[in-house]
Amino acid sequence: MRQTLLALVCGVAIVVNGGCGKQRTAVTAAGSTAFQPFAEKLAEQFMAKQPDIAVTIQGGGSALGIQAALSGAAQIGMADLVQLPPEAQALTAVVVARDGIAVVVNNANPVKNLAIEQIRGIFNGKIRNWKELGGADHAITVVSREAGSGTRSSFEKIVKDVALTKDAIIQDSNGTIRETVIMDANAIGYLSHGLLNEKLKAVTVQGTSCTTEEVVAGRYPLVRPVYLLTKGEPTGACKAFIDYVCSAEGQKTIKDSGLIPAK
Amino acid sequence: MQDTPNTPAQPKRPVRRVTGGVATWCRDQLARYVFLAVAFSATVSLLLIALFILKEGVPFIIKIGLKDFLFASEWDPSVGKFGIYPMIIASLWVTLGAMLIGAPLGVAGAIFLTQFVPRSVMRIIKPMIELLAGIPSVLYGFMGVMVLAPFIRNHFGGPGLSLLAGAIILGIMVLPTVISISVDAINAVPRTYLEGALALGATRWQSVHMVILKAARSGIIASVILAMGRAVGETMAVIMVVGNAVKIPHSALDSVRTLTANIALEMGYATGLHRQALFATGVVLFVVVMILNSLAMAAMKRKAGS
Repeated sequence: MRQTLLALVCGVAIVVNGGCGKQRTAVTAAGSTAFQPFAEKLAEQFMAKQPDIAVTIQGGGSALGIQAALSGAAQIGMADLVQLPPEAQALTAVVVARDGIAVVVNNANPVKNLAIEQIRGIFNGKIRNWKELGGADHAITVVSREAGSGTRSSFEKIVKDVALTKDAIIQDSNGTIRETVIMDANAIGYLSHGLLNEKLKAVTVQGTSCTTEEVVAGRYPLVRPVYLLTKGEPTGACKAFIDYVCSAEGQKTIKDSGLIPAK
Repeated sequence: MQDTPNTPAQPKRPVRRVTGGVATWCRDQLARYVFLAVAFSATVSLLLIALFILKEGVPFIIKIGLKDFLFASEWDPSVGKFGIYPMIIASLWVTLGAMLIGAPLGVAGAIFLTQFVPRSVMRIIKPMIELLAGIPSVLYGFMGVMVLAPFIRNHFGGPGLSLLAGAIILGIMVLPTVISISVDAINAVPRTYLEGALALGATRWQSVHMVILKAARSGIIASVILAMGRAVGETMAVIMVVGNAVKIPHSALDSVRTLTANIALEMGYATGLHRQALFATGVVLFVVVMILNSLAMAAMKRKAGS
């Protein structure tokens, strides 16, 4: 259903673009909501340089990105997973950025550092009170993403053996996770490093803080790659866009917007 | 809707004058079939929706087994666990809670508006209440997240995003439905009933709850049924305020996931068996709504008959 919709939107985009005088080549990229805002920025800059190519960016989640690239509904799929699922083997994958997953708590929370085992305990429901972690005597509110989220699957893969507690609150985007943690003094969640702000705080993991430097140095443990996926080797306008994202200029944009460049 | 068993026979169609000729007759026939088609379109789309959901969902239920689908409490599609029992319970509780809040408030509001306030005031207030119905549900959800959830967390404990928050938000959302239909029902009660009661020496309140409410009962029950339908089916506001944890709630402060929330949260990426499971969830929702409506309608018929 979603794919049909996607195809329809692409179709409309092509018609609209074809309608305005000069013929423009249309490229559609769909998938990861964490990478979407960055992709939009990159597409804007790319189109300023290459006015005869129209790039459309759509969300939908990593799982949808892989499906869309496989079915051809979008030429480029965007996925941010530690490990691509088996069906993505048929696609050509290019790593264009890396993204740290920050473990976030409320600003009022005195806990500053968590070990991976502690994070696992919290999300498994074994550690249920902040007291056990050196915080106040309050029950922990675990906030997680829905099962199809790339952020969640990456998080669970790196932390390992996470069987999410049934008490966990489920939110369906990085943004709503952030709001929930900002509002709830006892909450803990995780979100893309690029979406951190001063209203909540990221704890250090194993003593390492979630900053660009630590990720680039390979010290911060919760990192996942961002892939652009194409069916077969990218050609034409598709290749031009992917090349631009990988170019020094594209990588600089990625870095300036808060993500971590691939190289 | 209104059956008329007392009418002796359907009046014969008036004899058609021949003055119009064949062309007029053709136009008449055309118009007749066009309107017939329009009238059936609602029924047909209901049928198509039902068929589509059943076609996608029923094979799954047969494969997994009705018992393992409805009464298992583990929902983890990635390892093939498809128990929706916690969500059925959650949907029922949230709806019940919304009705406990919305129905008394709505009916009381309708009584107040029709009986204890001058007509001119009601003409101002009623449209304002109806405007409530036009507020997008995402805004109700937003208010719930920003105001209600923190309030519950700070005063009652728990995560705040809870069954209680969902019930309160839905209770407010159904108010326009309950109030405007109840107001119409009460206004339809003949004025002489009230006058008669007052003349017999009943106080204003006695005549309202002994005479007017009794006479308007079926309309008021209808308003509650419609409100229930909205509460069961509401998705966006509910997703935002109930926290969406898949578990059987032990208190009103627990986070829950309703059937509608489950479909909306997971439809985006579900494939294969998981996708079928969501359609099957839709089948259950469909059946739950049908059962609720039939029960309420039966109750209404019995009361109206007595």
